[in-house]
Amino acid sequence: MINDIIAIIRDYWLLLLIGQYPNGPLGGLANTLILSALSIALAFPLSILLALARLSKWPFLRWPVTVLVYVTRGVPLLMLILWSYFLVPLLTGADVPSFVTMLTTLVIYQAAFLSEVVRAGIVALGQGQMEAAKALGHGYFGAMRFVILPQALYNMIPSILSTFVSTIKDTTLGYVINVPDLTFAASQVNNQLLTQPFQVFLILALIYYAICWSLTHVAYRLERRITRKRAGLTGAGAAAVIAPAKIISEQL
Amino acid sequence: MTGFDLSAILTNPEFIAMLLHGIVMTFVIAIGSWLLAMTLAILLLALRFSPGRFGNAFVAGYVSYHRNVPTLVQLMLWYFGIFTLLPDWLSYWLASHNAEAIFAIIGLGLCQAAYFSEDLRSGLRSVSPGQMEAARALGHGYLSAMRFVLMPQGVRNALPPLINHSVSLFKNSSLGVVIGASELTHAVKEIENLSFRTFEIYLIGTLLYLFFSLLIMAGGAYLTMRADPAARTRA
Repeated sequence: MINDIIAIIRDYWLLLLIGQYPNGPLGGLANTLILSALSIALAFPLSILLALARLSKWPFLRWPVTVLVYVTRGVPLLMLILWSYFLVPLLTGADVPSFVTMLTTLVIYQAAFLSEVVRAGIVALGQGQMEAAKALGHGYFGAMRFVILPQALYNMIPSILSTFVSTIKDTTLGYVINVPDLTFAASQVNNQLLTQPFQVFLILALIYYAICWSLTHVAYRLERRITRKRAGLTGAGAAAVIAPAKIISEQL
Repeated sequence: MTGFDLSAILTNPEFIAMLLHGIVMTFVIAIGSWLLAMTLAILLLALRFSPGRFGNAFVAGYVSYHRNVPTLVQLMLWYFGIFTLLPDWLSYWLASHNAEAIFAIIGLGLCQAAYFSEDLRSGLRSVSPGQMEAARALGHGYLSAMRFVLMPQGVRNALPPLINHSVSLFKNSSLGVVIGASELTHAVKEIENLSFRTFEIYLIGTLLYLFFSLLIMAGGAYLTMRADPAARTRA
């Protein structure tokens, strides 16, 4: 068993790492990480806008975002991927690679989840910050840009990291629309070997475990550090500031 | 392909039967794995609270594995991997008894047990230790103090994450399509292949999932309200 696993890794490590890259599209672990990092990088700014819209006093900004958040919370990601697979080529009128389809879905999905995290972070700061900033002459955007968001976002770093972890786990669903990621590479290996599915999928699980475990661990360490720093900075009344650092994320 | 027409699907008895079968299978998988997950979660919790380092380390490893490996990969490992290692008589039996659904239930249930046990554990940990001491001082034994004093409070604390994770479990039942379980997403894709009315059938599938998820969330909100004594006396 162990020998089989070592043999598979020795023979196929390049395929698992970068897919068929020089002769085909980039794939494997590299693509999984690029896809997740890009999704988070694009979803993050979007999530701030969504959170601000959700906290807005105008219903025409608040309602569409509330609906979006409930739809992403209530509909399986798989269903949303099928929607993008159908709609993105239809709307753009081009033959879109599955990577882009998956990226679109993940950006919308994770932005909706992150927006809840951002919103919780802003709400937990309390009204006083906004009032003080306004009293000092900041407008709404000035107060957000220089006072509220820097504090809220700093507290949220661990949550963003754990959203990154769930994004890595979400990218596996790209398998359904043939996104060339790590899961896809593993099933290619499995199709070539045919006789050792357990070993192949065990390797797959172990690779994901190693990556996600280390990132979760980093998030945990960061969270403790930020909590301590916040407690030290603001003294005894820091309870409200510590609260949003609690890791909120969707599981998959 | 003509314009938007829901009735093309909703008036076709064959498609309706497929959708209904899909909904039933989705609930079989979701409820089956929920029950499996809850049972395992309570066992894991008991093991975690029991003395001895081995049990504790086992639970920590179990939780860590199931939370850090994507659910889809866990399902694939079960269905494509472990299924092939089983003795012949067992795989024959499974194959003739809807193996896809059984492995979906096992995979999702084992995965969800990790989340449920962590929810329950953090719920129990937020009950003050004085409660146990007070219950023991009043003559309760360990088990009876757990049953009548700590668990009711712990479960109440754990309700919000438990409900969130129950919704996730319901949504994750759609992953069964990858290993070929004939649940709702599977039915949606089949009907799409037969009718070519992609937009209509995706809309129906999405609304069905959304409806049931919102129903679970609303039920959860009601339970949370009922369980909160402050809210009950206010009403």
